[in-house]
Amino acid sequence: MNKLLAQKLSHSMRRIRTVEETIAERYSEQQMRCPTHLSTGQEAVSAAVGEILRKTDLAVSGHRAHAHYLAKGGNLNAMIAEIYGRVTGCARGKGGSMHLIDESVGFMGSTAIVGGTVPVGVGLGYGLKLKGEQNIAVIFLGDAVVETGVFYESINFALLKNLPVLFVCENNQFSVYTPLEQRQSTTLDIYERVAGLGVMTEYGNGNDVVEVYNKTKNMTEKIRSGGGPAFLQFDTFRWREHCGPNYDDDLNYRETSFIEKWRSDEPIARFEKYAIDTGLLKETEIQTNQIEIEAEVNAAFEFAVNSPFPHADEASKHVFAEQHIKG
Amino acid sequence: MSEKTTFAQEVRDALHHALSSDPSVLVFGLGVPDPKGVFGTTTDLQTIHGEDRVFDMPTSENAMTGIAIGAALGGFKPILTHQRLDFALLSMDQLVNNAAKWHFMFGGKRNVPVTIRMILGRGWGQGPTHSQNLQSWFAHIPGLKVVMPALASDVKSLLLASIFDPNPVIFLEHRWLHNMQTDVSTVMAPAKLGEAKLLSRGDAVTIVSMSYMTIEALHAVSCLKEQGVEIDLIDLRTVSPIDWTKIEKSVEKTGRLLVLDTGFKQVSIAGEIITHIIETSWQHLKSQPVRLTAPNYSESTSPALTQNYHVRADDIVTKVGEIIDKELNCQQLIDQRSSLHDVPGDWFTGPF
Repeated sequence: MNKLLAQKLSHSMRRIRTVEETIAERYSEQQMRCPTHLSTGQEAVSAAVGEILRKTDLAVSGHRAHAHYLAKGGNLNAMIAEIYGRVTGCARGKGGSMHLIDESVGFMGSTAIVGGTVPVGVGLGYGLKLKGEQNIAVIFLGDAVVETGVFYESINFALLKNLPVLFVCENNQFSVYTPLEQRQSTTLDIYERVAGLGVMTEYGNGNDVVEVYNKTKNMTEKIRSGGGPAFLQFDTFRWREHCGPNYDDDLNYRETSFIEKWRSDEPIARFEKYAIDTGLLKETEIQTNQIEIEAEVNAAFEFAVNSPFPHADEASKHVFAEQHIKG
Repeated sequence: MSEKTTFAQEVRDALHHALSSDPSVLVFGLGVPDPKGVFGTTTDLQTIHGEDRVFDMPTSENAMTGIAIGAALGGFKPILTHQRLDFALLSMDQLVNNAAKWHFMFGGKRNVPVTIRMILGRGWGQGPTHSQNLQSWFAHIPGLKVVMPALASDVKSLLLASIFDPNPVIFLEHRWLHNMQTDVSTVMAPAKLGEAKLLSRGDAVTIVSMSYMTIEALHAVSCLKEQGVEIDLIDLRTVSPIDWTKIEKSVEKTGRLLVLDTGFKQVSIAGEIITHIIETSWQHLKSQPVRLTAPNYSESTSPALTQNYHVRADDIVTKVGEIIDKELNCQQLIDQRSSLHDVPGDWFTGPF
């Protein structure tokens, strides 16, 4: 860890947190009219992985994709405008919060069906291998994805062809209101089951950005040197409801002690305490940083709110492509 | 006499040509490089073009469809082959939620040029899950093009058009067409998807057909011609999009419409065509439009149970007789049959 990296990780986590919390704050205005899955509390995985990936690496994600998109370098204005349904959005208002894309930084798309982009990421990896590039394909997924059939089909092909694919599983331990142990056998942890398939695996605390960074860095180097696919499991915790801006702890689907344990170990405070204690960051730097982030985020919301809606004629457009579009 | 080739060989030639002319083309599917080469449609392609571009695959239809989509996003043009349409049903999530939607749901940011070949089975014990003609499923989905070649002389240009189209294309090949013969041609020009073909001209009745039903229709048309009944026979070639102009023009002339469909009757392409013509050409209709399709139950395995399952040329002649209210003879069509009802010809000895 050095000062520059510490600054970047702090900045990235705070930027994601600020975006998500601003969405939560303004959601009730009824201008962001689409289902939105926030990553508040889960920022560490995206921030660390995002710092390691190159711009030329390719990434896909699922329904909770804001943090992945932002950490990969996706355009903030285009994301907020997309959630507001504006024509300046990254998908011109066709996709909303769950359909983010910014190919200029290698964010190839997020989609709304659990597991839906897993094979797409593997296919991107196959293409990278055929082109002989040192880039990797990264698939962000949640713990429910390992319950789908397509996940195992995809792992098998990635192994069979020794593809440069990194599966990053953020285990927030709940699928909507349902805990992991009601959905999966917990005799073995997720990464232990996946290891049985023959993939390189690693496990870590997803709220510890340093641990995520080190383990991911190590694994991406193995993949780039031809080691084949790898699977990382990072346990973490979502602060707010599965979908929407609210806290839903009054529903009692998560034990109070569980909530308190994870909230007291939240990724930004944890890292910044460490960074200040070790002299990597100063309190004043962090505060200045936060002011700049808030200005950037507010500007993005201003951009979105002041952007026009797509013309009504666009509703029937883009069914078929007229020509091949180069990436 | 000119040299002859087959429908299957023409498919193989189209794939070979695509692989040769564009390094981004990939061909994969269960059995693609095996000794049978998917009914001879992929023979030797791996030897010629290498294992990276032509390969067998795990029995993972859904993931392999997603992998094709990912490869397409990475700049490739994948062609995925299923030996039966029925097997591809496992891939409906990737086809409907990803391939068909990608260009739309990302606001036109990226297209998905994938071609999915699916082979349609029939007869010789194929039974309920190796014989389904579900073209209307795919045609129902905005964003998918659906191609159904009939003539051996058409299949190469239609497949090339599908491969190089910027959109996902479902390419439905009827197993009974694979041995159909045609003259060898060196023409490699792609067809235009969405353009039907008028195979015979007449003013008595418009027959609209697709895939293998067009072969039965051609026999019926020649039998009808001998009896003085001239037919406008339109081979659809693509069932999504449909060439409405050609059908409307023909019905304007004939005022009578018979639609043939290889699929089940309920919610069929035939039903869609009849509805469309009622909506657009009502004033030209001289009689009620009708359709001949598979029934609303699955094809059984035993030959005893498939005797009357499929529409054949003599059924078409009889139906035309009803439409124009004329006694017509179809005995010669029945007499000239040289093989059992559940095979396309003596060349077909199973197993699939």
